[in-house]
Amino acid sequence: MPLTPIQSLISIAIMAGVTFLTRALPFLLFDRGERPPKVVLYLGRVLPPAIIAMLIVYCVRGVTFASPAGWVPTLLAGAAAVLLHLWKGNDLLSIFGATGLYMVLVQGVFG
Amino acid sequence: MNRKTLAAAFPVTVPVLMGYLAIGMAFGLMLQSAGYGVGWALLMSLTIYAGSGQYLGVSLLATGAAPAQVAFLTLMINFRHLVYGLSMLEKFRGMGPRKLYMIFSLTDETYALLSSARPPAGVEPHDYYFAVAMLDHSYWILGSVLGSLLGSALGMDTTGVDFAMTALFLVIAVGQWKKAGSHLPALLGAGATLISLLLVGQEDMLLPALALIVVALTLLRPRLEGREAEPVREEESQCP
Repeated sequence: MPLTPIQSLISIAIMAGVTFLTRALPFLLFDRGERPPKVVLYLGRVLPPAIIAMLIVYCVRGVTFASPAGWVPTLLAGAAAVLLHLWKGNDLLSIFGATGLYMVLVQGVFG
Repeated sequence: MNRKTLAAAFPVTVPVLMGYLAIGMAFGLMLQSAGYGVGWALLMSLTIYAGSGQYLGVSLLATGAAPAQVAFLTLMINFRHLVYGLSMLEKFRGMGPRKLYMIFSLTDETYALLSSARPPAGVEPHDYYFAVAMLDHSYWILGSVLGSLLGSALGMDTTGVDFAMTALFLVIAVGQWKKAGSHLPALLGAGATLISLLLVGQEDMLLPALALIVVALTLLRPRLEGREAEPVREEESQCP
């Protein structure tokens, strides 16, 4: 825990405040019938896939290639998530299957 | 809210119950392994109530991210909510004080339920929406508290449980990829982040990556506008 409890509370308050703001903004701006600017609607459509891709890269930023333990578990579990999802299309199965595999790999096989 | 309304709302929320319990438990476990116990899980799920946002939150807390970074990243990961709100303007009109809660609790799943579900005859629509929103929120809180308690009670080795976040984002990405008119935004997001990782390093990679993405997407607007005719609103991840 690099943060003190007070700093943690501040971080959580920021997350809560900003999350609420993103949900409230359309109601604050457009509840009286004005049309949203086109660029906002455009970014609302194209940003989500770009942000999710960014977060995937962020999640695997710690991968190293010095030894197989540094990258094989991430590669295999990531592939498992994608393949399971293409195959069954069940969110829970994909997430828990891949996470379980990853835990077995890092704790057992490469542990 | 009366029993009849709850009884009418509960069945449509059952899929969300399953999903939120599972994803909430993974969140509780992850938070526990980052050194934050059950009180923190309860607080976050009560006040933030956003699945991918809270998963990211664990990692922001664990790495001691600065407040500005926390604010900006939370804003970006939740940007899609803008689209949800726009299509709920009519539905929430005239709900009085409860409208604040409806806006607060507008997660992916609640949005999906409210978009499609029709209240049965004899049930007041606004009461029904409110019941659906409250039930979903309670499942999320329950799941994260259970996960946190489980993590501490079993004393199990949770090494690697944080991969749930990667898996969640991969699952969302697969869904988006299948539906997208153009794959350029996703590829651009990954490319920009890799560039930022190589140039700036692990610690401060996200803000430059975000800036690069927003600038590039704005410049590409003439090319992309129109090809994304379908609004990307149904991410349909099993998380808020």
